[in-house]
Amino acid sequence: MSDLRTLYQEVILDHSKRPRNFRLPADSNRQAEGFNPLCGDRITLYLKLDGDRIADLAFQGSGCAISTASASLLTETLRGKTTAEAQELFGKFHDLVTGKAKGTDSLGKLAVFSGVSEFPIRVKCATLAWHTLKSALEGGEKPVSTE
Amino acid sequence: MGTATTASHDVGHRPRRPFDVQRVREDFPILKEEIHGKPLVYLDNAATTQKPRQVIEAEQQFYLHDNSNIHRGVHELSERATQAYEDGREKVRRFLNARESREIIFVRGTTEAINLVAQTFGRERVGAGDEIVISAMEHHSNIVPWQILCQEKGARLRVAPINDRGELIWEEFLKLLGARTRLVAVTHVSNVLGTVNPVKAIVEAAHRLDIPVLLDGAQAAPHQPVDVQALDCDFYAFSGHKIYGPTGVGVLYGKANLLEAMPPYQGGGDMISSVTFEKTTYNTLPYKFEAGTPNVAGVVGLGAAIDYVCEIGLEWIAAYEQELLQDAIRKLEKVPGLTMIGAAREKAAVISFVLEGLHPHDVGTVLDQEGVAVRTGHHCAQPLMDRFQVPATTRASFALYNTHQEVDALVAGLHKVREVLG
Repeated sequence: MSDLRTLYQEVILDHSKRPRNFRLPADSNRQAEGFNPLCGDRITLYLKLDGDRIADLAFQGSGCAISTASASLLTETLRGKTTAEAQELFGKFHDLVTGKAKGTDSLGKLAVFSGVSEFPIRVKCATLAWHTLKSALEGGEKPVSTE
Repeated sequence: MGTATTASHDVGHRPRRPFDVQRVREDFPILKEEIHGKPLVYLDNAATTQKPRQVIEAEQQFYLHDNSNIHRGVHELSERATQAYEDGREKVRRFLNARESREIIFVRGTTEAINLVAQTFGRERVGAGDEIVISAMEHHSNIVPWQILCQEKGARLRVAPINDRGELIWEEFLKLLGARTRLVAVTHVSNVLGTVNPVKAIVEAAHRLDIPVLLDGAQAAPHQPVDVQALDCDFYAFSGHKIYGPTGVGVLYGKANLLEAMPPYQGGGDMISSVTFEKTTYNTLPYKFEAGTPNVAGVVGLGAAIDYVCEIGLEWIAAYEQELLQDAIRKLEKVPGLTMIGAAREKAAVISFVLEGLHPHDVGTVLDQEGVAVRTGHHCAQPLMDRFQVPATTRASFALYNTHQEVDALVAGLHKVREVLG
């Protein structure tokens, strides 16, 4: 039960039920699709890049609580960040959810995903939005898959 | 070599009465496992079943005492191994009530059985403009092999639709059968909905137009008696691991005259009668379709599994599982926000459901913490998920060792899901 509470923290449940920036923006200039065949999670991430700064982000799709909350928190966290900062955060986030790093100082709100490391099968859910972001930043045409 | 017949294994279809689930559970060592400190409640039987001690020991005994390659050696062990392997074939023949044991081909599983038919029978019989008819409730393994074939041949895959209960729409199915139909390939029992298809009527309808029929029996053979002669189907496929046997072994039944006419599937050892660099003569049935060293120990284990279910009696197993199903449906109906997908009038003990506002993957994670193992996802049936407009479902599937207490554990687990996820 304690493991479940660390996985499904209030912030995660809140973002999964009321995802932020869940919309189709009119002025995005980058987008990418992500798909997790394991559970059928599917998201589309929209970016508005202003030079190398992420001016706006939004997403649409359907997925489990972890993947939806992760996408929602990603869009909140990355607004105004540079693409280099975003890539760096992805690295730290990945280390957090795979249990490679315990420190969460620089992750801010994203620290709520620390419980994922106890559920290895859910790592793909937590990182789907981030892999999709990477694809959008690198201008990938093909939908990314977690498999 | 050749057809082995053994009278000594004549235990088939002698029901052990009355059906005693506690005694059955004693046969399955894994059911004593604890998961996250809770007793295991294993409800993922449509994915794979657990194995009774009788199967585990049969495989072990084979490796401890009889292991050798088959059909080749003149030494004692090879003879024993060959005998054990062919005994397995005879057990399967009796289990399916096939006419002859050469109509039983050992493969890796249902998937390989269907691919075998697609790549041999299909490749020879299907041409440009021809059609293959499947249903909307097929597993990917009874969709993709036909798609590959159709793409290669310029043929067309026709899909018989289903209604909201998850039943084949009979008139629509009949409309799809025509002069261009080369094969009907449908599932006997749906792995997602539990729907039992009217396979006898399907075979009759197809045969009126001389169309052969393949039945995917992966979800049927473990849960109800199957008689391929009574069904008169042309091909029947099932997997060992879903009927309490080992993984990596399965069965393709085919009518002898069809199998005779089909080209081989894979080339290699055992499937030939003579080889020169100019010409190879193929072996007779069933060996023509069994290239390379087969899963001998797997066949031994499968034989033990068939003995096991036959000793209990498939009629008893089916009746008991129906009881569990009705109990589960009654109790799940009372869970707030729960919708079951598929309400076929003929239904096996498989229940797919969704909980309002919750994703199946989260439901599965919480249930797992309660010791309850269910399947979540698309169950290798994405077109079926699209039909019911859900991205995924949670699936509880029952087997002969499940209990009414376990149904209660599932329901209690679902209340926990609400508590944790809101």
